[in-house]
Amino acid sequence: MADTIPILRIEHMTKRYADKEVLKDASLSIDKGELKVLIGPSGGGKSTLLQCINFLIKPDRGRIWLDGREIVRTKGKDLYEYRQKVGMIFQDFNLFDHLTALNNVQIGLVRVKGMHGSEAKERAVRELERVGLRDYMDQYPAELSGGQKQRVSIARALAMDPEIMLLDEPTSALDPELISEVLDVIRALRADGMTMIMSTHQIGFASELADELLFLEDGIIAETGPPAKILYAAESARTREFCSKITELYGSSST
Amino acid sequence: MRDLLLFQPDVVSALARGLWVSIQLIIPSSLFGIVIGVFVGAMRVYGNTAVKKIGDAYVLIFRGFPLVVQLFIWYFGLPYIGIYLTPFVAAVIGFSLCSGAYHSEYVRGAFLSVKTGQMLAAQALGFSRIKTILFVTLPQAFRRALPGCGNEIIYLIKYSSLAYMITCIELTGEGKIIASDTFRYTEAFMVIGAVYLVLTSAAAWMLRRLENRLHIPGFEQYG
Repeated sequence: MADTIPILRIEHMTKRYADKEVLKDASLSIDKGELKVLIGPSGGGKSTLLQCINFLIKPDRGRIWLDGREIVRTKGKDLYEYRQKVGMIFQDFNLFDHLTALNNVQIGLVRVKGMHGSEAKERAVRELERVGLRDYMDQYPAELSGGQKQRVSIARALAMDPEIMLLDEPTSALDPELISEVLDVIRALRADGMTMIMSTHQIGFASELADELLFLEDGIIAETGPPAKILYAAESARTREFCSKITELYGSSST
Repeated sequence: MRDLLLFQPDVVSALARGLWVSIQLIIPSSLFGIVIGVFVGAMRVYGNTAVKKIGDAYVLIFRGFPLVVQLFIWYFGLPYIGIYLTPFVAAVIGFSLCSGAYHSEYVRGAFLSVKTGQMLAAQALGFSRIKTILFVTLPQAFRRALPGCGNEIIYLIKYSSLAYMITCIELTGEGKIIASDTFRYTEAFMVIGAVYLVLTSAAAWMLRRLENRLHIPGFEQYG
């Protein structure tokens, strides 16, 4: 397996808003089953990078390959099909407020994949079971806790059979005691071999599970490497400074 | 007692006839109005600049012209360019377009109140823009707009009385005929007013039931 193609590769991704370049020439590639974690200060470009990967933000420049095939057309049907293969988890969950947990998971299967109601329901129930929320399938988002909402949103993304998942600070909007239930789900996904790119401040979790950390600041991927290196032996002083601060804050809350 | 207008058979049958015409005006006008309002509201929120401008212009004109003037244009004006509408059709068109302009304001506000994150989430799942609006934002916006739109329907019930100005003899029109035949204006119009009160109360009751039926936790309406 020496020459496997990366499942996702991006090159020279650049995004500029008016007078500020929020993403500068970012490149990365990830193999099947890997977990890469983006760390760095807020406003450093982590969200922009993740949202450029599925074109929720249109990058000014940059190329993307999924499974070795370049994504050329970023419009219409081709775009919708590509996005189904790239699951996305948001900091604020973004559940559909008018739908029950079950229907949140089901709606993509029915409206995007064109699946039949009963088949879609079966699948949705299975995905909710996977995140431990089978008993909550008839609840509306307003009736769920933050941790439960985030788990529903993970089930919703999984139902589409993504090849890779992008997680944009999935625990940042959660109360401290709800973080672990979401991290547990992500840990289980990792064990199942899901490929993931995740931005987070949960440095303990990242150092335990990530194959690689990417330190992103001012729109630049400043340093890349295995967790042990980035956290304890980073080359740049700035990376070391950030990592020591964040380890102090979040280091112990990995479980 | 027997002398009261309300107890005279020909008066009652005239009122019933008028009421029937009113109902025939109100129901299609309110339905078309809602459809136009949702459509224009969506155009004004999700359309490109040109589409937004068209929507804004529509609202500006149909909310800005007095309704009577609009009805006169539909009924008396259009024949000059060779279009002849019956009084009934002219009234339904006039009411629907005016009502739609008001509805679109409520619907627009309701669309704007749906958190943008949900649109992103839908797009990330592979929803097209149209599907996102249809299945994610519209069901939420409709619920939020309902109290305002209900208010507009109540208005519509009352301004449907303007139809008699273009010779579509509905409830108010019949009332006016009775009044001028009998010279008992106060009595005739009190009765007419009471019938409208019954209509608006029934509409308010039905709208409240619809609101309750569509109720979802997290979408509580206040006030």
